[in-house]
Amino acid sequence: MTLACFLQAANARLSLSPVDLVIIVLYFALVLGLGVYLRRFTTTAEEFFMAGREMTMWIAGLSFISANLGSLEMMGYAAATYQYGILVAHAYWIGAIPAILFLALVMLPFYYICKTHSVPGYLKLRFGEGARSLSAISFAVMTILMSGINMYSMAIIMKVILGWNIHFSIWVSSLTVAIYVMAGGLLSAIFNEVLQFFLIWIGCLVVPVVGLIETGGWNGMVHRIQTNFPGQDFLHMWSTTGTFSGNPMGAHWTGILFGWGLAISFGYWTTDFLVVQRVMAAKDLRSAQLGTIIGAFFKMIVPLIVIVPGLLALAVLPYHLVPESQGGLPNAHTFNEALPLMLARYCGPGLLGLGVTALVAGFMSGMAGNVTAFTTVWTYDIYKPLIFKDASDAHYVSMGRWCSLLGVFVSIGTAYLVMNFSSIIVYAQVIFVFFIVPMFGTVILGMLWKRTTPAAGFWGLLAGILTSFALWLWVKLDPTALSYVAFSGYAKDMSENMYRAMWSLIANVVVTVAVSLVTKPKPDHELKGLVYGMTDLPSDGAFPIFQRPITWAAAVAVAFVALNILFW
Amino acid sequence: MEKHSISVWFFIGTLLATYGVLILGSGIYGLFVPPDHTVAMSYLHIDIWWGSGMLLFGAVYVVRFRPKRKNL
Repeated sequence: MTLACFLQAANARLSLSPVDLVIIVLYFALVLGLGVYLRRFTTTAEEFFMAGREMTMWIAGLSFISANLGSLEMMGYAAATYQYGILVAHAYWIGAIPAILFLALVMLPFYYICKTHSVPGYLKLRFGEGARSLSAISFAVMTILMSGINMYSMAIIMKVILGWNIHFSIWVSSLTVAIYVMAGGLLSAIFNEVLQFFLIWIGCLVVPVVGLIETGGWNGMVHRIQTNFPGQDFLHMWSTTGTFSGNPMGAHWTGILFGWGLAISFGYWTTDFLVVQRVMAAKDLRSAQLGTIIGAFFKMIVPLIVIVPGLLALAVLPYHLVPESQGGLPNAHTFNEALPLMLARYCGPGLLGLGVTALVAGFMSGMAGNVTAFTTVWTYDIYKPLIFKDASDAHYVSMGRWCSLLGVFVSIGTAYLVMNFSSIIVYAQVIFVFFIVPMFGTVILGMLWKRTTPAAGFWGLLAGILTSFALWLWVKLDPTALSYVAFSGYAKDMSENMYRAMWSLIANVVVTVAVSLVTKPKPDHELKGLVYGMTDLPSDGAFPIFQRPITWAAAVAVAFVALNILFW
Repeated sequence: MEKHSISVWFFIGTLLATYGVLILGSGIYGLFVPPDHTVAMSYLHIDIWWGSGMLLFGAVYVVRFRPKRKNL
């Protein structure tokens, strides 16, 4: 019945050829087949929730980055690029690379050595049940809300390119994710994410390749943008950030560096279990570290398939895109449609099917990432300690499978929340700043400062969350408060998020340190394997220099600096 | 991943090779029967190039990671 509806809905639009349909249907068939095939390998909780901890560095690394290549990466950032220009590439460079390398070299050894199943699980070992419960519940809420973004983005794609009914699109893809995650757990999600990684790259790369040929290369594209948008600078990453009014985002370099580059980025990449779970499933610590660095490399070049199409849309589209709030106007296309419109511009029969498949794969990988992370945190950090402590291994596996289905249904319910925001990515960052940024402060202080106490872990985390929420509410109720929160009334949504993240992290750190100084720390013997200075960290000295994580991390760092200088 | 009898890379190669055949075939068909709706830069015949590349890439993965027959 599903397939019949699928074909019927697809045929409603003339732009889809039979070969496109075959490509899309083949993808869904393979994804479901993989889930069914892998079910037999996930019979224990360790296999279902942690993929048996046997991933190679390439699989862990590609899955790590693919879980992040969801709707945010593709549609959201292409839309934001059309709105704010190349400044958005900070999300991939200063907003990702330092944090990913920090995760690989500094934090992963602790996650790996203590053999926790999740980031909230680490907080339990380090700070006790209070911090774990708070982080687990807030993470579960955030994860389910984030799934709504994937749903909404996918439905937009289907509406724009294929003319599909928005509800039909949501149900087909989300039920597919539910089936393969229910069947094979994290193992199935990881396998599919690696497959999706290839599809996303091959499907989306068509746009920058053909687009740059059309514009006569990078310089030709720059010239067209300057002609289409005279007086606006969409093409510099740092040189226009000396003042809030000097760039389309209304961002100042302090906000980019400390808000985005430190608070948001380190929060997401080092403590968001959605991505960390993938590398924690690696077969050993060195594979986990190298996999993370492989992920950093690919993250650094993702702008080619996301930012460049956004810039090309500025250069070649014969009309201007409008904010979501004006999307109802006749013949109007919104910022969020930038990438789909570019795909439709260059992709004929066959390639259009591949491009649509790439986008659907992106949404499904992002959604599967959310669902598997939610399932693990719910089962290990909420259900097991708070509801049913001593159940059998098979019971927890069963709970995980049903929880996957429940997570998908709840996600569907949240999809429509997204429509109240001007750009998808803004919604995402609002949620991140509420929950993830404070978690970074708590985890990193717990890892690096042995004086941090269990009480401080809980109160610091709570202070960060409440500060973020209070600042957001303050600006919502009184827009003039933006001048205090973000230092300027010019600050746009993304810029406001950066500063709110910074305040949230500051509140977290101040409260954690203050409470630590007046409460009793844990004895040293309880901190072994959890805190720097109390843990025997393995040495890479026995490996040749080209097999050491530090070598490859240094290479990525050099490329990162070079890119920032090149697009200064 | 050794315990899984079919490698994930084999699945990837199979899918990409199949897609390569479909896209290449569609591109060649388009040379003789142009589609109703032409896209920008259609003279490049990017589908033929892209399909060929995918077919080659997928075939390499299929051969390299094909399931090995176990010795009895």
